[in-house]
Amino acid sequence: MDKKKNLFSPIKAWKYAFKKPVSFSMEDIIDRPRESENNARGFHINDHTKCIGCGACSEICPTEAIVMVKRADLEPKDGEHPERPTIDYGRCCFCALCVDICTTGSMKMSKAYVFNTTNPDTLYKMPEEIFAASGGTITGYEKTPESDLLDLVRAEMPSEASEKAKESFIELLKGYSMAQAKAEAARCIGCEICVKTCPANMHIPEYIDAVGQGDMAEGLALLYKTNPLPGVCGSICTHKCETVCAIGQRGEPIAIRWLKRYIVDNAPESMYEEVLMAPVSAPGKGRVAVVGGGAAGMSASYYLRTMGYAVDLYEAKPLMGGVARYGVPQYRMPEERLNKDVDLLKKIGVGFHVNTKVGKDITLDALHEQYDAVFLASGLPQSRSLKLENGDHPDVLYAMPFLAAARDYLRGQGEMPDVAAKVIVIGGGNVAFDVARTILRFQQEKYGHNQVSLVSLETKDILPADKEEIEEGEAEGLRYFCGFGPQGIELSEGKIAGLHTVKCLSVFDENRSFCPVFDKDQKDLIEGSQVYVAIGQMNDHAYFTPEHLDKAVLKGGKVQTDSWGQVQGMPWLFAGGDIVHGPDMIHGIADGHQAARGIDLYLQSLSQTS
Amino acid sequence: MSEVKLFFGPQHPGMHGNASVHLYVEGDLVKKARLVPGMLHRGFEKSMENHTWMGNLALIPRVCVAEPDINEMVFAQGLETIAEVEIPERAHYIRMVIMEMTRILAHMMSLGALASPTGLYTANQWMQADRNNIQDLFEAITGHRIYHMYIVPGGVRKELPQGIETRILDFFTEFERRMPEYHALIFENPTIQARLKDNIMLPEFVVWELGVTGIGMRSAVGKPYDVRKVTPYARYDKVDFEVPVATYSDAYTRSVMKYYEIKESIRIIRQAFDMMPQGKVNVKIAPGNALKWTLPKGQTYSAVESARGEFGYYIVSDGKTQPYRIAVRGASFPQGFLGVERYMPGVRLDDAPLWYDTMGICTPEIDR
Ligand code: SF4
Ligand code: SF4
Ligand code: SF4
Repeated sequence: MDKKKNLFSPIKAWKYAFKKPVSFSMEDIIDRPRESENNARGFHINDHTKCIGCGACSEICPTEAIVMVKRADLEPKDGEHPERPTIDYGRCCFCALCVDICTTGSMKMSKAYVFNTTNPDTLYKMPEEIFAASGGTITGYEKTPESDLLDLVRAEMPSEASEKAKESFIELLKGYSMAQAKAEAARCIGCEICVKTCPANMHIPEYIDAVGQGDMAEGLALLYKTNPLPGVCGSICTHKCETVCAIGQRGEPIAIRWLKRYIVDNAPESMYEEVLMAPVSAPGKGRVAVVGGGAAGMSASYYLRTMGYAVDLYEAKPLMGGVARYGVPQYRMPEERLNKDVDLLKKIGVGFHVNTKVGKDITLDALHEQYDAVFLASGLPQSRSLKLENGDHPDVLYAMPFLAAARDYLRGQGEMPDVAAKVIVIGGGNVAFDVARTILRFQQEKYGHNQVSLVSLETKDILPADKEEIEEGEAEGLRYFCGFGPQGIELSEGKIAGLHTVKCLSVFDENRSFCPVFDKDQKDLIEGSQVYVAIGQMNDHAYFTPEHLDKAVLKGGKVQTDSWGQVQGMPWLFAGGDIVHGPDMIHGIADGHQAARGIDLYLQSLSQTS
Repeated sequence: MSEVKLFFGPQHPGMHGNASVHLYVEGDLVKKARLVPGMLHRGFEKSMENHTWMGNLALIPRVCVAEPDINEMVFAQGLETIAEVEIPERAHYIRMVIMEMTRILAHMMSLGALASPTGLYTANQWMQADRNNIQDLFEAITGHRIYHMYIVPGGVRKELPQGIETRILDFFTEFERRMPEYHALIFENPTIQARLKDNIMLPEFVVWELGVTGIGMRSAVGKPYDVRKVTPYARYDKVDFEVPVATYSDAYTRSVMKYYEIKESIRIIRQAFDMMPQGKVNVKIAPGNALKWTLPKGQTYSAVESARGEFGYYIVSDGKTQPYRIAVRGASFPQGFLGVERYMPGVRLDDAPLWYDTMGICTPEIDR
C-alpha cells in the first residue's frame, strides 16, 4: 500500500506558516473564552423558586456530587422540602443526569465552563454561586421530552365504562394487575414529599417500593404501621399525597391510593393473619372506650388494642364503618373491602357494641366510670339544612339519611329509597356527587333513564368535588347547573315543581370567607319533583351534659383538644376525627393513631404516679 | 553489554493512556518487556455493578478516552437485547453518524501519536486542530467534547440540534479536500517511511495466536473481518462501504489503513444522513423513572467494531436496577497485554512507542 515517496511533499506544510493559526492565544483562553455550543453541559443553573428539594438529582448523580442542604431562608411548605441541591464540582462529571431527572425542570446547565481556583474547598457550591467567577448564566443543556428520565404518565387503571357504570353499583375502578402496579411503583422517586403532607404520615415510598419488589408482606406491615384501614383509604381517601406528589409537578402524580389498594386486594388472607397479628399484645394495660365506629374510632381502637389495652368500640348504627359504611356509595367503597378492615379489628379482640348511641343508650359519665379513658370520635352525622322558601316540604331530603338508606337497601336491609324521575341535588362537594350519582343509578333501575340536576354556587372550574367525580358524573349523564344560588322551591298542587335559582357571581370575598354575591336578574327555574340537600354535615353533641360543656371548649362546633387529642379540662377524655378537624377520613385515621399514643402516655403517667 | 531497565510510561509522551511498560534494554534493543497496568483506569467493571443502568452512562465512556462512544453503543445494544426493545429507526442512523465520527477521532489521535516517536510534530498539531473541530460538532450534538454520554439504552439521548447535518457535512467536505495534505505530510514523508516501513511486523501467526482483531488482523491476513460487516449492528447492512485489507502488516500499512478507513467513515456518515428517517429518537427500556429501571434476568454479549478491533461487553442482569456483572472485551487486550510481553522484545528502544501506537492499544481497555 502507498509506496509513493517524495522528499518535498512534507515541505508543502509550510504554507500554513503564513495563515491565521487555528489555536487561541493564552490571553484569549482566560479573558475571552470561546462561547460553548448551545447544548453545552457547563456549570449548573437551578431556579430555587421552582425547585422543590425533592432530591431526585442527588439520588441519580453517579458521582455523588450533589448534597441536599437545608435552607434556613425557605418556609416549610406542603409539596416541597426546605432543601436545595449543592454541587461538589470536584466530583461532578457534568453528565447532566441530574438535569434529565429533575422533577420540576428547575435544574439546567449553563454554557459557563471556566473556573479557576487553587483552593479545592471552594469547589463545593450552590449551583449559582460559581457564575460570578465563570461568566454568566446563559442556558446550555436543558432537558427535552425525549431526554426526560422520569415517567410522567400513569399506568392505566382498568375501569368500568360509564354506559355500564350508571346501571349498577359495582365498583368502577377494577384495580391494578401485578404488571401495572409494578410499572406504577417504578415511577416514584422516593422523595417523601407526600409523606410530609399525608395527615397520617404513611410510609408511602417504602410501601410503593414493596409493591415494586413484589413483597406484599412488607407492604402490608408498612401500611398498618400508620393506617389500620388501608382498604377504606385505598378506595376513598382524599389523597392529599397525590396532590403534592413531586411527579405531579410536570406529569400525572403517582397513583398512591391505587397502589395501597393493590396491596390490600392482593395480599393473601394467611399473610394478613401472620403480618397483622404480630404486633398485637395481650390486654392488660387498662380499659378504653371508643365512641364512634368510623375511621378515627376504628383507628384508635386498633392502635390501643395493639398497645395492650382492652378496647370497647361503641357505634350508634347497626354496623361499624361510619361514613365508609353509611355515606360513600358502594361503587366507590365496596362492602367487602370495608368488611375486611372491620373484621380485622374484631380479630384482634376489639369489643363491638353496635346500636348503642352514647348520650342516649349510655351516658358519657357512665363510660367515664367504667373505663380508664374515653376516645370520642362520633363524627358529623347530621346534614346541614338550607333555609329556602318551601324548604320544609316532605320531598326536600337530606344527604346523610338518603345515603345511609341507599347502602342499607343495597345490603339487602331495606326498601329502595323512593327517588323521583326528575331530581335536583343542591351542593358541589363529593357528598353531593355521591347523592346525585346514587340517585342516577336508582332512576336507571326504576325508570330506565335518568335526570339529575346538580345545582352549586361554585362554577364548574372551582367545584370542591374531586375532578374524577365531575368527569365521571358528566359521562353518566349528570346535568350541571354550576354557579347558581337556590332561591326557593316552586310548588304546584302541593308537589314540588322545580327550584328557583339566580346566577351566583362569586362565592368568596377577598378574605376567602364565604360570602356569595348574586345577580338577581338572571333567574332560572330548574325542573324536578324532589330536592336533595348536600351542603355539609354537622355534629351532634347530645352526649355533652351542661357540666361537660362548662369544662370542654367548643369552637365553631368543633371540640378543642391538644396535639395528643386530649380535651381541655377533662384529662380522661380524648377526641378526634371530624368533630375536631372537620370531615376528612385520613385525618381521622391520623387522629385515632395520635390519640392512642396520647391515651397511652396519659394512662402510663397515671399508673406511675399512683 | 549490561542490561538497563527503563520505564516506558505511565508518564511518557509516547504512551497511550497511563500504563507502564518496564523495558529491559541492551544497547538500544528491547530484550524484555513487562506490562504494569492498573495505574489509573482500574476497577471499572466492579464499579459498573454499583451504578444503576442509567447511572453507568457517566462511567462507561471512560473505558476508552479517545473513542468513548463504543462503550455507550455496546452497553445500549446489550441492554436493548436483554430488555427486548426495538429502538426507533432514526436512532440507528444517528448512532452510525456518532460511531463513525468517533472512529475518525480515534484514528486521528493515533496518527497524531506518530508525532512524538518520529519527531513529526506537525502531524499531531494538524490532527488535534481537526479533532477540535469534530469535538465542536460533538459538543453541539451531545453537550460535551470528550465524554458524550449520548448513545443511551433505548436510542440516543436527544434529537439532533437544528442545522447540525449541514455543519457536519460541510466540515467533512472541507476535511476531505485537505486529506491529500495529510497524506503528503505523513505517508509520503521519507522520514516516516524510513521509520515505519518493514518495521514492527505483525505476522499472521501472531494474529491467530493472540486473537488480534481490527486493523491489526485485516492488515495481516487480508480478510475484511469487521464486526460491521460480519454481524452488522445499527444499520451498517444498509450502507455501502469498503473495509481496507492488506497482507503485509508493517507499521506503515497499519497506519495508512487508518487513513483509508477515515475516508470510508465519511462515506458512511453521508449515507446515514441521506437515509435517516424522521421520527422518535428513543424509547424507554423499562417502565418508570431511571432510578428504578430494572431489566429482565438475562445475559448477552454485545460487540461493535472499534477503531482498534472488536470491542464488546458481556452483560449479565439478574433482574435488578443494577448490572450483576459486566465484562469488557477491550479491543487492545490481546496485543496490549500478552502482545507487549511477547512481541515487543526485539524492537529498538526508540520504536517502542511506535509499537504501542501502531498495534492499536488503548490502556484503559486493559486496566478497566
Ligand atoms: S452533572 Fe452528573 S455528576 Fe454532575 S451533579 Fe449532575 S448528575 Fe452529578
Ligand atoms: S431534582 Fe430538581 S426539583 Fe428536585 S431537588 Fe433537584 S433540582 Fe430541585
Ligand atoms: S409518591 Fe410522589 S411525592 Fe411520594 S415519594 Fe413517590 S414521587 Fe415522591
